[in-house]
Amino acid sequence: MATQVLMPALSPTMEEGTLAKWLVKEGDTVKSGQILAEIETDKATMEFEAVDEGVVGKILVAEGTAGVKVNTPIAVLVEEGETVSDAPAPAAVVESRGEPRPTVAAPVAAVAAAPVAAQGWPHSDLPEGPTKTMTVREALREAMAEEMRADPTVFLMGEEVGEYQGAYKISQGLLDEFGPRRVVDTPITEMGFAGIGVGASWGGLKPIVEFMTFNFSMQAMDHIINSAAKTLYMSGGQMGSPMVFRGPNGAAARVGAQHSQDFAAWYAAIPGMRVCMPYSAADAKGLLKTAIRDPNPVVFLENEILYGRSFEVPTDPDFTVPFGKASILRAGSDVTLVSFGIGCAHALAAAEVLAKEGIEAEVVNLRTLRPIDYDTVLASVMKTNRCVTVEEGFPVGSIGDHIASTVMQRAFDYLDAPVITCTGKDVPMPYAANLEKFALITPAEVVTAVKSVCYR
Amino acid sequence: MAKKPDTRPNVSKDDLLKYYREMLLIRRFEEKAGQLYGMGLIGGFCHLYIGQEAVVVGLEAATKDGDKRVTSYRDHGHMLACGMDPKGVMAELTGRIGGYSKGKGGSMHMFSKEKHFYGGHGIVGAQVPLGAGLAFADKYKGNDNVTFTYFGDGAANQGQVYETYNMAELWQLPVIFVIENNGYAMGTSVKRSTKSTTYFGRGLAYGIPGEQVDGMDVLAVKAAGEKAVAHCRAGNGPYILEMMTYRYRGHSMSDPAKYRTREEVEKIKTEKDCIEHVRDLLTQGGLASDEELKAIDKDIKAIVNESAEFAKESPEPDLSELWTDITV
Repeated sequence: MATQVLMPALSPTMEEGTLAKWLVKEGDTVKSGQILAEIETDKATMEFEAVDEGVVGKILVAEGTAGVKVNTPIAVLVEEGETVSDAPAPAAVVESRGEPRPTVAAPVAAVAAAPVAAQGWPHSDLPEGPTKTMTVREALREAMAEEMRADPTVFLMGEEVGEYQGAYKISQGLLDEFGPRRVVDTPITEMGFAGIGVGASWGGLKPIVEFMTFNFSMQAMDHIINSAAKTLYMSGGQMGSPMVFRGPNGAAARVGAQHSQDFAAWYAAIPGMRVCMPYSAADAKGLLKTAIRDPNPVVFLENEILYGRSFEVPTDPDFTVPFGKASILRAGSDVTLVSFGIGCAHALAAAEVLAKEGIEAEVVNLRTLRPIDYDTVLASVMKTNRCVTVEEGFPVGSIGDHIASTVMQRAFDYLDAPVITCTGKDVPMPYAANLEKFALITPAEVVTAVKSVCYR
Repeated sequence: MAKKPDTRPNVSKDDLLKYYREMLLIRRFEEKAGQLYGMGLIGGFCHLYIGQEAVVVGLEAATKDGDKRVTSYRDHGHMLACGMDPKGVMAELTGRIGGYSKGKGGSMHMFSKEKHFYGGHGIVGAQVPLGAGLAFADKYKGNDNVTFTYFGDGAANQGQVYETYNMAELWQLPVIFVIENNGYAMGTSVKRSTKSTTYFGRGLAYGIPGEQVDGMDVLAVKAAGEKAVAHCRAGNGPYILEMMTYRYRGHSMSDPAKYRTREEVEKIKTEKDCIEHVRDLLTQGGLASDEELKAIDKDIKAIVNESAEFAKESPEPDLSELWTDITV
């Protein structure tokens, strides 16, 4: 009986990968546990082991092939004396497996995975000038590398940032360029190294403290809030904490309640800090450079699902994104969608659907949550007279709640409908694929909300 | 009265007078702060350092320019010992614009970048990684400064202390962990909170040397401080000093201190008081006359009174100060 060897998913968010190298050839006998191939994900190059024993009957995907979707048959194992023709057709296998790894709602993946330039939306959030396509991951890495080259007091510390090359490959190559003095691997002690980072900022350095994910920042929250954010005030302006706390925030995919949480509203509540939540690669690069240069503590909330997505980024080496300045991702006249981070992907996907039904949504990307660019939000709402907020976090005390109350207080007379706040559901994140999908905010829910405020 | 005999003959008269003066300043300052608290001029929490003066004065005698210090909320003594202006400290206690933090920090939250005093921290144990971070910065810059990171026997049971021990030794950070063991974490005695009470030995698991020191003897403190500083400056990593000390007053102004007997307090006061110890060394050794010491007492009293007057007269911060110093 021939066995299909399928392209494996090697991380929670992997949808495709590169078959970097075959370590077996057709006709080889393989044992269970033997390494068959090296597969490159967006995070790392992984060895792929055989589960079944047999003879490599046929290699279906040549080494060096990029963009191989998870669950694509890549080889066929046969038994001694068997031939490849005994194996079932590859297509049948893929179909029977269905959609491999439900991560975010399908329309979002389809729309936002491609470079924004390809969508034909106005580039109103980018300055004039040449751009290049890069992933959010590359943009973050480039921002750190450029700032570390420019300022010798900037250094990176965190778990696996150095020799491992970053748990999510954000810091890949930085150890080679800057050495272990400036790319510091820490033990798994978030409270301790966050405190050391704050102390180092008082001692004249500009630390970038990476949390492997922001879920673990709860261990360090006392230092972020009590030690970093409050010191400038408590010292009467004598000394602050010029530093960045950064890492992936929010839900990844199928990692359960303790690893899937959006801290945007938590940190945005604290005076004394800056809070950024980039959506695009240009946001990521421009905001991170601003964050590293800023004399205040900055909480910089990234998103694992966005890391691998590509966007246009200005090539101008002086390109930065200022704090407190939202961008308009899509112009529209009928409703304002206010979002930030991965919520923008949902908002843009919803806007595409709505456009087909004759509703033109304006999508405002807040980019920074402290300070918030109220003026851009209010100007848009005064134009469209309707507002829906979109975010992944919990509903109670959300950023959307704050936007809604601000719009109510400052643009009440312009509103033709109550503001609707679209958020994640008020539940710990479930593991089951169908429940997780249901717990997260989806473009379909945004579409429904927009129709409601448009009375359609 | 059983007084400790002087076993360190090499200390000079000038040094002894200096320690006497600095310890007395802290004591009189704290007594005045207690008085102002009683008058309602100081609010909130106010943790007095009375009894523990030899620790900061002895260790400051082992520092050099550029060395740093960070401590808990029982911080007035540390600030005075590193040379911060008593007027600015007292005015912060009264919440006035003339205070080190313009009245916005209070007793527990004061800083002086100029004197390298980095707080003043209200969260028990938080200052320990912060101090290691200051040391990290000095090592990164390649200078030979050290950071004195003070914490109490109560904080010594916090998890982040041990996270910090691990990284401080791993990265050979020039930080001296000073455990001020005054016997009580608020109202809980060491033996009710802690199974293994030899705090100085807790660095051994990480390879950090430590020693226990008579924290009521300023000369013993200074000698231990010099040893620890030499270790750190030479690039040998952190060092732990456990100072056996005692606070005469309650944990804070609102603490009736029912968890210990009056006799226990009196015994320490009469047998171990750090200021009386130096006074005896000066007078019994014929190094200073009563008149000389009285002149110092008078001088200190004037400084403290001046600080109290300043703290009363300095205006409250303008309401516009509410909105300043939040971000740069």
